[in-house]
Amino acid sequence: MKFAVIVFPGSNCDVDMFHAVKDELGEQVDLVWHDADNLDQYDGILLPGGFSYGDYLRSGAIAHMSNVMAAVKKAAEAGKPVLGVCNGFQILLESGLLPGAMLRNKNLKFICRSVELAVENNETMFTSLYEKGEKISVPVAHGEGNYYCDDATLAKLKENNQIVFSYASDVNGSLSDIAGITNEKGNVLGMMPHPERAVDDLLGSADGLKLFQSIVKHWRDSHVVNA
Amino acid sequence: MSLTLEPNPQQIKDEKLYRTMGLTDEEFDKAAEIIGRLPNYTETGLFSVMWSEHCSYKNSKPVLSRFPTKGDHVLQGPGEGAGIVDIGDNQAVVFKIESHNHPSAIEPYQGAATGVGGIIRDVFSMGARPVAILNSLRFGELETSRVKYLFEEVVAGIAGYGNCIGIPTVGGEIGFDPSYDGNPLVNAMCVGLIDHQDIQKGQATGVGNTVMYVGAKTGRDGIHGATFASEELSESSEEKRPAVQVGDPFMEKLLLEACLELIHNDALVGIQDMGAAGLTSSSAEMASKSGSGMEMNLDLIPQRETGMTPYEMMLSESQERMLIVVKKGREKEIEDLFSKYGLEAASVGVVTDDKMLRLLHKGEVAAEVPVDALAEDAPVYYKPSAEPDYYREFQAMEQETPKVSNYKETLVNLLKQPTVASKEWVYDQYDYQVRTNTVVAPGSDAAVIRLRGTNKALAMTTDCNARYIYLDPKTGGKIAVAEAARNIVASGARPLAITDGLNYGSPENPGVFWQLEQSADGISEACLALQSPVIGGNVSLYNETNGTAIYPTPIIGMVGLIEDVAHITTQATKAAGDLIYVIGDAANEFGGSELQKMMNGGKISGKSPAIDLSVEKARQDALLAAIQSGLVQSAHDISEGGFAVALVEKLFGTGLGANVSLEGEATAALFAETQSRFVVTVKAENKAAFESAIQDAKQIGEVSVEPVVSITINGEEVVQAPVNELEDAWKGAIPCLLNSEA
Repeated sequence: MKFAVIVFPGSNCDVDMFHAVKDELGEQVDLVWHDADNLDQYDGILLPGGFSYGDYLRSGAIAHMSNVMAAVKKAAEAGKPVLGVCNGFQILLESGLLPGAMLRNKNLKFICRSVELAVENNETMFTSLYEKGEKISVPVAHGEGNYYCDDATLAKLKENNQIVFSYASDVNGSLSDIAGITNEKGNVLGMMPHPERAVDDLLGSADGLKLFQSIVKHWRDSHVVNA
Repeated sequence: MSLTLEPNPQQIKDEKLYRTMGLTDEEFDKAAEIIGRLPNYTETGLFSVMWSEHCSYKNSKPVLSRFPTKGDHVLQGPGEGAGIVDIGDNQAVVFKIESHNHPSAIEPYQGAATGVGGIIRDVFSMGARPVAILNSLRFGELETSRVKYLFEEVVAGIAGYGNCIGIPTVGGEIGFDPSYDGNPLVNAMCVGLIDHQDIQKGQATGVGNTVMYVGAKTGRDGIHGATFASEELSESSEEKRPAVQVGDPFMEKLLLEACLELIHNDALVGIQDMGAAGLTSSSAEMASKSGSGMEMNLDLIPQRETGMTPYEMMLSESQERMLIVVKKGREKEIEDLFSKYGLEAASVGVVTDDKMLRLLHKGEVAAEVPVDALAEDAPVYYKPSAEPDYYREFQAMEQETPKVSNYKETLVNLLKQPTVASKEWVYDQYDYQVRTNTVVAPGSDAAVIRLRGTNKALAMTTDCNARYIYLDPKTGGKIAVAEAARNIVASGARPLAITDGLNYGSPENPGVFWQLEQSADGISEACLALQSPVIGGNVSLYNETNGTAIYPTPIIGMVGLIEDVAHITTQATKAAGDLIYVIGDAANEFGGSELQKMMNGGKISGKSPAIDLSVEKARQDALLAAIQSGLVQSAHDISEGGFAVALVEKLFGTGLGANVSLEGEATAALFAETQSRFVVTVKAENKAAFESAIQDAKQIGEVSVEPVVSITINGEEVVQAPVNELEDAWKGAIPCLLNSEA
């Protein structure tokens, strides 16, 4: 399976995502600059964390207008897995690939720590290797991770099982403790916690690895049907 | 237009206008003598910033020359952007500490942010990839709204810059003391990694080669920042707010990535950060170091504002800029490289052979000064030094044991002292994990970063107990280095080298200069004894507010090498049943201790703790060998607050407890700050091996499954407390102080 890690000016978790896929997952991966206009050769798209364009405007607001985003949308429409982490999640919200918006953290400060997440839905291409309700330890590092949406959207997210991860206890004020959501089709996942920082026990947790392995499993299962 | 408003050379002399730029009468005369005429306004500005203490070290040079700077593994000592140490496998570690005290005193967010930005540039201008940031901060007591504001904004500024640029802020230290009330200290340290062949220098060689300006445009911010940094703070310092720069971490992220691509292009000749004194220092120093000259056309400098004068352009300290020299004819390649990152690379001048810095502006020569005069020929002052009266008085005092009646209550109160208390409120705001190499996060003795692709890791720390240095600068200087090394060793690393951030009051005061000399001697002795040379650093003098100096605060930034990630050791206890050992006995030493300060209303007196560097070295070597042999489960040095604080810190966050029994006088056993001591835990099965490895280790108890700490002295239980009660006090102290009414 071949992944693209999209690099925007100001992305800073791109290298972490790259190493998680290459070294820990053992799959192919390229760093792809934001001006690329074709992602057809990739089977999965990863939007990393960071401060794209400094996030001096709303987080992700400028990055979502990058050249590469048309290709990201095309990949999403084609049903390829698209994962946005932290700033990547914010960019997916800005681009309309996921519903809702981010507010500043409730305490108005940047928060960096390992938090406990609950796997709310394990029937997605991102979470099939987790148990439903499984508690996993994954770090957060963000200033604007306080997820918000209107009541109708929240009801729809719940009804469609689009809430994939929630915080075991409140971290940043997010509505319903939402930590990660998918689109209706289930192939675009945005999450504030950093699974790419939780792929090696030496650094404290490897709980994020199963997320990447789930993506690969889904890809293999759907590509070896005739084997 | 504005040129006509500048005073002419005669006016500058007659009206002594150079004084407002920080030049003395003698210095102005010397500058005039060097160039053989009266300097014009721009030239006077060039001399004033380059001859400021901040750029020239004119007052501290005689002291700095005492430091040991050599070692087989030292690839670059003091003199370049940052020092470099070999770590094997063709890799090297690059690091440096720098102060941003004065800017942070009047504009804390930007002052701290640009302090971080500046030290990062020092590291990547050497060609290194920055991998970690540390800091060392000092504030007054968290009692007034002003100090709380400074503290919160400095932390926010460090977080804002480091988080955005994506370099983890992995560690540091923070102290609180009334002496820093009006003059906080903000020292930032950056650690980078480099392959040997990529090491760059700030040089301008090859006559005819092109001088290029890359990065952010030049604005009117930070004009005379270096001069402002070289005078005391006072009521009127607020007016110097325009001398504080504004940071743009996004711009620096682009500049960082572009420069790290640039170093692999053979068109590059030399690169230097535009830090203090901006264009002036980078151009003059690059030429001076190379024995060449430089001519620049200031009309070509990318400018953020219109109508800037040569004086303003040359003295601006706008951030996120670099000056580079490239081979003639290769400019287009460089422009293309930078434009990929959305950055401008402008050809602004050429390297010459006449050893002059010549600045052209609107078709005229705006300044023409020998580069060596600016970079090398600053006057050097041998300031008078005198042992202050307070030192004699303190030395004559007997060691006095504070009268403690309730040991548990005293322990709880010590844990609430902000210098001792948990700094989680601070490091929660720092992204300490980005780049996914952080093995030991803030909160242990030293931070540890793994070296991806190898089995090695780096340990790093900043340290300085300024109270000891105030009481006894020489002994305190030794202790600062020894304590930094203790942190490094306790984490499983061998100390490599140090960078020092020397923060003092005014060198015009003989007592302050004596503190500087004495502490430098102490630091030097310890560096020799612990085989950890000084590879660079920074001097910040004039840290005074309205005539009162800070405690002498030479911050030691140390980096150590961990040969195998399996050796990484943290301070946290690991399992119930492990044996608890203390290495080194407590003595009746309370001068400058946390206990003395707490019980004497913030005042300290007497003798600092003593230190024997040969004992220190022997214990550190023995402990490191034991760690490397796999005999140690956890290790923590005993510092502020003494044994009791160190013991309970080892239990926090583990869910474990401890039962220990000690002998001797209770107050000293619990709270004395006697040096060269560690608390370690060892698996029961390793008891014999550990005891033969460390002769002066004493088993004092066991880690217990029940989360309660019990300390017995001479058979009597003097402290008994649930660990969570102690941990709540320790964790809650700083948030509580910040939320209370000023």
